[in-house]
Amino acid sequence: MNITELSIAELLEEINSGNLSRLEVTEAYLNRIKKVEGSINSFISVAEKEARSRAQALDTSRDSAVLSGIPVGIKDLFCTRGLKTTAASKMLANFVPPYDAEAVRRLREAGAVILGKNNCDAWAHGASNENSNFGAVHNPWNLKRVPGGSSGGSAAAVAAQECAFSIGSDTGGSIRQPAGFCGVVGLKPTYGRVSRYGLIAMASSLDVVGPITKNVEDAALVLSVIAGEDPKDATSFRTPVPKYRRELDKSLKGKKIGLPREYFSLGLSKEVETIFRKAVEVFEKQGAKVIDISLPHTRYGVAVYYIIQPAEVSSNLGRYDGIKYGFEAAGAKTLIEHYFKTRDEGFGEEAKRRIMLGTYVLSSGYYDAYYLKAQKVRQLIALDFDQAFEKVDFIISPVSPTPAFKIGEKSADPLAMYLADVFTVQPSLAGLPAISLPAGFSAEKLPIGLQIIGPKLGEDIILNAAYQFEQETASCDWRQYTTEV
Amino acid sequence: MKEKLTTEEIEYLAELSRLGLKADEIAKYRIEISKILNYFEELTALDTSQVKPYGGIAAANKTRADQILPPEASPSELLGNAPVTEDGFIKVKSVFQR
Repeated sequence: MNITELSIAELLEEINSGNLSRLEVTEAYLNRIKKVEGSINSFISVAEKEARSRAQALDTSRDSAVLSGIPVGIKDLFCTRGLKTTAASKMLANFVPPYDAEAVRRLREAGAVILGKNNCDAWAHGASNENSNFGAVHNPWNLKRVPGGSSGGSAAAVAAQECAFSIGSDTGGSIRQPAGFCGVVGLKPTYGRVSRYGLIAMASSLDVVGPITKNVEDAALVLSVIAGEDPKDATSFRTPVPKYRRELDKSLKGKKIGLPREYFSLGLSKEVETIFRKAVEVFEKQGAKVIDISLPHTRYGVAVYYIIQPAEVSSNLGRYDGIKYGFEAAGAKTLIEHYFKTRDEGFGEEAKRRIMLGTYVLSSGYYDAYYLKAQKVRQLIALDFDQAFEKVDFIISPVSPTPAFKIGEKSADPLAMYLADVFTVQPSLAGLPAISLPAGFSAEKLPIGLQIIGPKLGEDIILNAAYQFEQETASCDWRQYTTEV
Repeated sequence: MKEKLTTEEIEYLAELSRLGLKADEIAKYRIEISKILNYFEELTALDTSQVKPYGGIAAANKTRADQILPPEASPSELLGNAPVTEDGFIKVKSVFQR
């Protein structure tokens, strides 16, 4: 048995029946990391000693927690007490948090074994994991290609079997798009479903915490652990958390699926469109009814997102001033010079670009024309979805217009990179849950994902739809393809 | 093509953002940010005079617990991340110049 091939559910069965010890499982993953990390670079730091001793302790105490012994990678944007947390940036290269993020705390309590911190685009700014100060991440399906971003390390690690699952963050697509590029499952819950406490803030009205897993059942298991009200996050919902695993097996017969007509004129590559239309047929075969819907303000989504998100980024990144923590530039003679130098040297290009963009759209004289305008159009986008969900149960779309591009191919044109977020930003702006799952491959054997969007707090609906799709396509040829490493 | 933003405007943005940009950085960001702002122009065509700004966040549950104690951390853990400390204090440059 190849331990690192097993899903969370399968590992739990092997561990609980005594076939595998938690230490064996952790060792298998640590060995796998040693074997492939040189090619992938999906971890910024590996906590080998801590992982081993944790697994051992859980074995000794015969711990029975819900994720006991399951090895996890944590995107390096989440505070982990005692473990370096860098945000993949020079600014926090040596930062050791004095506390755990709430999602991390819940995973620890559930017995998960933290293997290390996953690489990502610095500050979660990016869609290719090329913006990391710790090197680019390589897509396990084709090492010359990007894994997507910003949770590129998380998605690549899961696809390369370097961890059983990972926790990422999604602001405009940062869980879903890399999951799509890497052929794994990525879930963005409803804004407020999972506590953001301890997640290094990017855009506070958009950031969401979620799992990246090998399959849909695992995503349901992990969501049940991390979701729920947290007094330390005032935007977290009080709504009780369902046992998501129980919702997966329901049939899709009679379900109404929305297909937004605007989505077909957004620069879809022929290959993505073909795979997407095949996916629609899978749902129809299961007895679901596909309904044409209109989301008329779709075309404004990227502009709205790239006004609001940088505005919030500029505010959130204001705290990095090299005083209480983080990088401090050498050679400054005055306090103000210290700020200018520290922030110019500590931040990378994309961070600086977004900070200035955000500063501009919030500045006096421009606030109404940009930020306020964008928040109004955001409301129109949210209303489009509300109206659609009166007619349909869930909505489907591609994840990205193309499969994974080559490393270096898009890095010269920031705007081109932003435009590729067109499908993922829509539910982000409306605060809705969305899941990305494998739907097929391109001719060059690159994964292509499918996005399922649900109504607010409709994680059970989209997990059910995703699970049924996964089951129906379980025997497809492309399920047998393997990664390059 | 004339860029939307002038060099002076980029320098002002950099100052507001406390970023000590060098000349070549200023030139580069001027082009890039101008291009992105041009893209935003398509929003101006939309009539939003009757629309309220997005209030989805305010509609979420207001969870608040004034009595929550933050997680415990030792002074050394907290001070350990500061670049410069002295006698248990974080050391900074003078705020006021004499």
